[in-house]
Amino acid sequence: MEIRVRVPAALREVAGGQPVLTCHLADGATVGDLLDVVAASHPALERRIRDEQGTLRAHVNLFVGNEDVRSLSGSGTVLGTDDQVSVLAAISGG
Amino acid sequence: MPETLVLVGTAKGLFSLRSTDGRRRFDVEGPTLVGEEVYATCIDSREATPRLLAGSASMHWGPIVRRSDDLGRTWNEQDHAALAFPGDAGAALARIWQLAASGPEQPDVVYAGVEPAALFRSDDGGRHFSLVRGLWDHPHRPQWNPGGGGLCLHTVLVHPDDPARLLVAISAGGVYLSDDAGDSWRASNAGIVATFLPDAPVPEFGQCVHKVARDPGNPERLYLQHHDGIYRSDDGGGSWSPMASIAGVDFGFPAVAHPTRPDTAYLIPLQGAEYRCTPGGRCTVWRTTDAGASWSPLTDGLPQADAHLTVLRDAFSTDGDEPAGLYFGTRSGEVYGSADDGDSWRLLAAHLPPVLSVRAAPVG
Repeated sequence: MEIRVRVPAALREVAGGQPVLTCHLADGATVGDLLDVVAASHPALERRIRDEQGTLRAHVNLFVGNEDVRSLSGSGTVLGTDDQVSVLAAISGG
Repeated sequence: MPETLVLVGTAKGLFSLRSTDGRRRFDVEGPTLVGEEVYATCIDSREATPRLLAGSASMHWGPIVRRSDDLGRTWNEQDHAALAFPGDAGAALARIWQLAASGPEQPDVVYAGVEPAALFRSDDGGRHFSLVRGLWDHPHRPQWNPGGGGLCLHTVLVHPDDPARLLVAISAGGVYLSDDAGDSWRASNAGIVATFLPDAPVPEFGQCVHKVARDPGNPERLYLQHHDGIYRSDDGGGSWSPMASIAGVDFGFPAVAHPTRPDTAYLIPLQGAEYRCTPGGRCTVWRTTDAGASWSPLTDGLPQADAHLTVLRDAFSTDGDEPAGLYFGTRSGEVYGSADDGDSWRLLAAHLPPVLSVRAAPVG
């Protein structure tokens, strides 16, 4: 299946300038599988989304459609055909 | 005139101060690495054109090491993370606290001190770092505790006569020494009083060392700013003795040794562990010229009224030139500089974000 990943403006440079990445995954793939694919093609993007232990960074939000993956099954969230994944900076700072 | 570069790492990016007129006037450039906190920079002058390294962290997107080969005008990162914990370490990089070049006989060796407290080594000029397992596997490590800034390894000193001799300092773990390039380590805190523990003991480790500086004129001599005490070692860090108190104010963060003049060092005391600002609203750098037997206040050009400033552990540095240039930045965004060994000071920049780190060197 094909999953579209929306990249925020702050990360476009490490996504080859693309606002949307299209990733090809096997049916039944999870958010974690998606990030593994992103890591292979755009490692500097992936390491801004999760740390070297595979944990989603605390101030990064990942949405599948309109659902925050933290309210689903995190990296284990199973993706479906036509799902769109959005990477967003959390409303935090100082 | 050679160019002098001062890298000012702040909570919101990296600024560069450049002087081409003998350190009389500095132009402020930046920020670059916008929005990132820059706790560590390194001006590695072992190549004809110094290479620069910066360790920064975005609150959102995490920590990163970048490298510049054009004196800070552009910064580049590796495709794959230059510095990351291996999977079996079970830890994730939080901050890079220190980037330190080894000696000229190891032209591509760079060390990084990080949070959680660990030491990394690069053998290719900072493009890739590997975890120094000897320290990571030390049996004391599970008993180290974070200070207010986090559990950080913030000081890396390579002995100038023997690059296998390393000193690191950890808050709060204390001083550790290696004689075999990091394969094995021993705690070395004899004499350093842990005033923050009941009955002020001298434990084997666990001291909250804030910074250590090596005296270039006598490499076995070290100056140490502890959480609430100032110490000197004359045996390469094997043991520590209290230095003369600075007007009873012995709390502080940075320690800087004069780059060429033996027995000369600088501290910026702060009032107590609770307030942590320049005492009495007076900003004063203190200098010793007798290895800590006595101290003299340096105030010419520094604000002496209503100046409640904080200078963090890596926000004070020398450019290594002669006479010594000295530079420090404050949490309130000022950068002060001296081009005459500290005798007089000038405000070089103001209204910057909180200053976290300062490094300086002649670069041309």
